[in-house]
Amino acid sequence: MNTQSNSVSQSFEANGKAPAAMLATRPVYWSIRREFWENRYLYIAPLAVASVFLFGYLISVIHSPGQLRTLLVLDSAHNHEDISGPFDISAALMMGTAILMSVFYCAEALHGERRDRSILFWKSLPVSDLTTVLVKASIPLLILPVLVSAITAVMQFLMLLLSSLVLLGTGGNVAPLWANSPVLQMSLLTFYHLLTAHAIWPAPVYCWLLLVSGWARRATFLWAALPVVAIGGLEKIAFNTTYFATLVGSRLIGSTAPAASTDVFPSNPMTHITPAAFLASPGLWIGLAVAAIFVVAAARLRRYQGPI
Amino acid sequence: MTVIEARGLRKSFGSTIALDGVNLRVEEGRILGLIGPNGAGKSTALNAILGLTSYQGELKVLGRDPWTERDELMRDVCFIADVAVLPRWLRVSQALDYVAGVHPRFDRAKAEGFLAKTAIKRTRKVRELSKGMVAQLHLALVMAIDAKLLVLDEPTLGLDILYRKQFYDSLLNDYFDRSRTIVVTTHQVEDIQHVLTDLMFINRGRIVLDCSMEEFESRYVEVTVHPEQATAARALKPIHERQALGRSILLFDLKTDLKLDHADRSQLAVFGDARTPSIADLFVAVMGNQSDQTQGAAI
Repeated sequence: MNTQSNSVSQSFEANGKAPAAMLATRPVYWSIRREFWENRYLYIAPLAVASVFLFGYLISVIHSPGQLRTLLVLDSAHNHEDISGPFDISAALMMGTAILMSVFYCAEALHGERRDRSILFWKSLPVSDLTTVLVKASIPLLILPVLVSAITAVMQFLMLLLSSLVLLGTGGNVAPLWANSPVLQMSLLTFYHLLTAHAIWPAPVYCWLLLVSGWARRATFLWAALPVVAIGGLEKIAFNTTYFATLVGSRLIGSTAPAASTDVFPSNPMTHITPAAFLASPGLWIGLAVAAIFVVAAARLRRYQGPI
Repeated sequence: MTVIEARGLRKSFGSTIALDGVNLRVEEGRILGLIGPNGAGKSTALNAILGLTSYQGELKVLGRDPWTERDELMRDVCFIADVAVLPRWLRVSQALDYVAGVHPRFDRAKAEGFLAKTAIKRTRKVRELSKGMVAQLHLALVMAIDAKLLVLDEPTLGLDILYRKQFYDSLLNDYFDRSRTIVVTTHQVEDIQHVLTDLMFINRGRIVLDCSMEEFESRYVEVTVHPEQATAARALKPIHERQALGRSILLFDLKTDLKLDHADRSQLAVFGDARTPSIADLFVAVMGNQSDQTQGAAI
């Protein structure tokens, strides 16, 4: 990429004109690279969680290979949940990691560059404030769901491989295991759930954090939470209701997203996903509109901001 | 071509007036030194030029309004706003990749060439480099950008004299040509005396001196006078006088002084060695007179 992009820029330089198409996409690509250089936890954390879980899983299958075999000889449909149990736990763990990373990333995103004064360097280059803020918003809204789902898929495939090896080693039959663990299907469901319930649905929460991180001089979380506590408290005292707090809370944990209609674990193949209902729900579009306002406000704010 | 043109540039922060009607004009191919005491409005002026702050009044940089057309302007303008603004986690190779990626006018080979002359390794992170090396790295990145205007705000603050000298040497030898324009502010005025083509003093948000270096050299004369000749010399109305080793050092402005004109350099030579003052000495003289005037006005 480097040599290629370099020769591209040189050839443009030779022509002496600034090509609009190149300028539109390349700053976006390199801004995303920058986020991963700056925030290495974005890939280290999910890889670490996946490795630790894999190690634990390895110990469990080696420790009691018989348990898995007993489960598999019983009626497979009945025992699906027992077999897929570890897969569900692994997916849940990875989703939890993704949510935690998103929250902490957003609270830091526009704060770190002001704290270390590097905003003066970034602003000396032809990358607009809107591009910078949009790229930062895309990390929790799109890139992390893709990345974490991919890591989860690889991890679950390795889990399947590990149990198969152990089963083969102890003379068991691997066919029922593979039949009950459709890794590809589970991965796609994990991705769908992460993207809808834990990225797009809580977008206003993430973008609010992003906005506050660009405004607060310190204690981003405090300033981000204070209005929620204030409005929630006001509502409770004035009307004795908790709609606002419930609204924010449910957005954050994604519990009200109309992304699936069955009450099973989201990566369970029995899940009935409802993307049409999700896309048709006014809550989604209201949330996205609010998120867009926060993003635009954060971009406007960055124009006025210097080092702190 | 006029690179920067400001008319009645004003900026205030609450009740503090940072820029109080600044008029300035910088032509292409000039190296302007903007000199002023702390809090004089230097950085505010530069920030306005770079579109980092809003302002009142009229300002055009390369024909554009820097506040409303900042994104377009940044393709032709480059700046080092301060020492040590490179993020500490950035690797040297990443810095090259990033700037090459986002800047259409960046010549990577040129930057690599500059870096090859330094001891900076490609795999190092900024936090592992010394302060002087960080400045070298930043300069290497900036010099490889084919910008029309380069703005340097205290680019060598805290660096030792070797790095400072090298910094301005490479700026002059490897970067500057008549099609580029450089604006620099620094407190280390002795470093840039022979670098500048134009000189501006700013104090309390106003430009108090604006001249080219040719004008500076023909207009200001410094003479060291023996005590017995001091009275005669003072009659020629120096703009500033200071004492050193029992002698008086008098600074004359040949333009504003009614008794003197350019031909009268010889008149000063009789008192002693007449020479061009340093920017620092002129600065002290001009700023000293400024504060005298304000004090006088206050009384």
